[in-house]
Amino acid sequence: MTMKPWVWAWTAAALAFAATVLLTSGRGAGELAYAALSFGAFAAIVGLGQMLVITLGPGNVDLSIPACMTLAGTLALKAMGTTDGTAFLGLAVALATGLAMGCANFVLIWLLRLPPIIATLAASLIYQSLAIWSNRGLRIKPPEGLADFSTGRFIGVPNLAWIALGLAILVWLLLERTIWGRWLLASGQNARAARLAGIPVQAVRAATYLSVAVFAALAGYLLASFSGGAALNMGAEYLLMSIAVVVIGGSSIAGGNSNVPGVIGAALFMFLVVSMLNSYGAGAGIKSVLTGTIIIAIVIAASTRRSRQ
Amino acid sequence: MLARYRILLPVISLAVLLCLTFWMQPRAMSYFGLNLLFNLAVPIALATIAQMIIIMVNDIDLSLGAFVSLVACVTATWLNDAPLIGVLVLMALILTYAAMGAVIHMLELPAIVVTLGMSFVWGGLALFLLPTPGGASPAWIRTLMTIKPPFIPMAVLAAIIIAALTHLLVIRSKLGTVLRGLGGNTRSIARAGWNVTALKATAYGLSGLFGVLAGMALVGLTTSADANIALRYTLLSIAGVILGGGEFTGGKVSPTGAVIGALTLTLAASFLSFLRLSPDWQIGAQGAILILVLTARLLFSRKGAAT
Repeated sequence: MTMKPWVWAWTAAALAFAATVLLTSGRGAGELAYAALSFGAFAAIVGLGQMLVITLGPGNVDLSIPACMTLAGTLALKAMGTTDGTAFLGLAVALATGLAMGCANFVLIWLLRLPPIIATLAASLIYQSLAIWSNRGLRIKPPEGLADFSTGRFIGVPNLAWIALGLAILVWLLLERTIWGRWLLASGQNARAARLAGIPVQAVRAATYLSVAVFAALAGYLLASFSGGAALNMGAEYLLMSIAVVVIGGSSIAGGNSNVPGVIGAALFMFLVVSMLNSYGAGAGIKSVLTGTIIIAIVIAASTRRSRQ
Repeated sequence: MLARYRILLPVISLAVLLCLTFWMQPRAMSYFGLNLLFNLAVPIALATIAQMIIIMVNDIDLSLGAFVSLVACVTATWLNDAPLIGVLVLMALILTYAAMGAVIHMLELPAIVVTLGMSFVWGGLALFLLPTPGGASPAWIRTLMTIKPPFIPMAVLAAIIIAALTHLLVIRSKLGTVLRGLGGNTRSIARAGWNVTALKATAYGLSGLFGVLAGMALVGLTTSADANIALRYTLLSIAGVILGGGEFTGGKVSPTGAVIGALTLTLAASFLSFLRLSPDWQIGAQGAILILVLTARLLFSRKGAAT
């Protein structure tokens, strides 16, 4: 392999960054990088989860990510109730919620044999209702310590970015250095061959659907703390975003091939391209059209390069 | 035999839901009541057919909701103010859909990603056209959608016509058969001498046509449009296709089933409001109904496999 697929995502992110900084002639480069790292962290966390699911092979995708984020964020903030020193209680509630949602999703897929797209879609409607019911339109503020942590920085880099980086390294190690990772890739490439080779394919699938829900729950917890409370629509944009970062990052949508560094680069890129268009004064409509065009262009570029190899 | 099973489940689930609705609210059992219940089903049924045609050739369209919204915006502005330009724009949109299909096939791109990207494009164009909700429905569409035929309400009649026409197109016609074959085994269709790129473009073009019809029907009912008017149609249409007995791969779809699936989804919303369920649980109950109906499908497929 001459060029790693993730190079494209990182190049695109660097170009978008340069184009924005060029406009302001170098001013605000630090702020832009800081914002990109903060907002990119959310996309990276949900993107890593979605990448694991997509790696499972054709038809595997989790559409319940936005609802998972909202429900976990809502329940966690409710449990904490603005009391200081409850950050870990909230985290535990969020992760437990994520685990429960992941179990529910997998039960629908496994026991009821629903296609994952439909199963996660139907389940997400129920999670959404649960979030509406428990939220009651109230906006509970996160405890001050947690809010400070989620907007704070460590050695100049946002805390959120450190968390995303830690998770990325964890996922990378899991995929590249453990037997689970090999099993996951093998199941994604050919589920039948993997089963015949003695790989516990269903257990691998279960673990994957659990992890994506837990990742989404963590992202929801952090996003709610970051933005000063959980909102019912806070996860909405992360449905398309999570799929987009996986594909732009160079993972194969057909499964069996995943790319951790690419997801991070793509998450940064997705934020940077929007802020680039913003700084050039593009209206909401044009911004959206250009974002879509750029996504398609990158996918075409990546695919023609693949076929030439 | 299998085809008969495929249509049985959607019919039964619609009948059960309809009976439950009538039991809850006997006054719905009338011309006027049925029209109210199924009023919004026409655009959803058309969108479901559009999605079904894409699923039929083994792809999935994540941009359909944004596309229908854009069509609604075009209908409420250009088609109303300058019909000629409006018609040209709508035709261009259908051609774009066809081109999208050709590109997806020629460059071997994943449809899920290309349509994902296109959803941003459609959404952006719609926002550009109608930054704030507004516009007006062309009078003839409004008349067509509110027409009161004798005995059978417009919405039900329209659903029957859509189901019959798409059944002829997809199941009976030569083109439909080849397109389903494309979903079943692309390579054998290519070996048989068909131009697969042209076929894919045709399928996407047809899907675009039904998407356009869905958008126009929607504006006829709502009389105005906004850029987000039909975003939920993407997921609704996928659910409708599967509810109607379709499968994601293999070209196994049922147009009649898809229309019935769309009717079931519409009815589920009305049924839940009759239940006096707290609004908090309305969305969740829709999800639960979806799971319930699809679980019933499992029983059928098991039985089908056993015999």
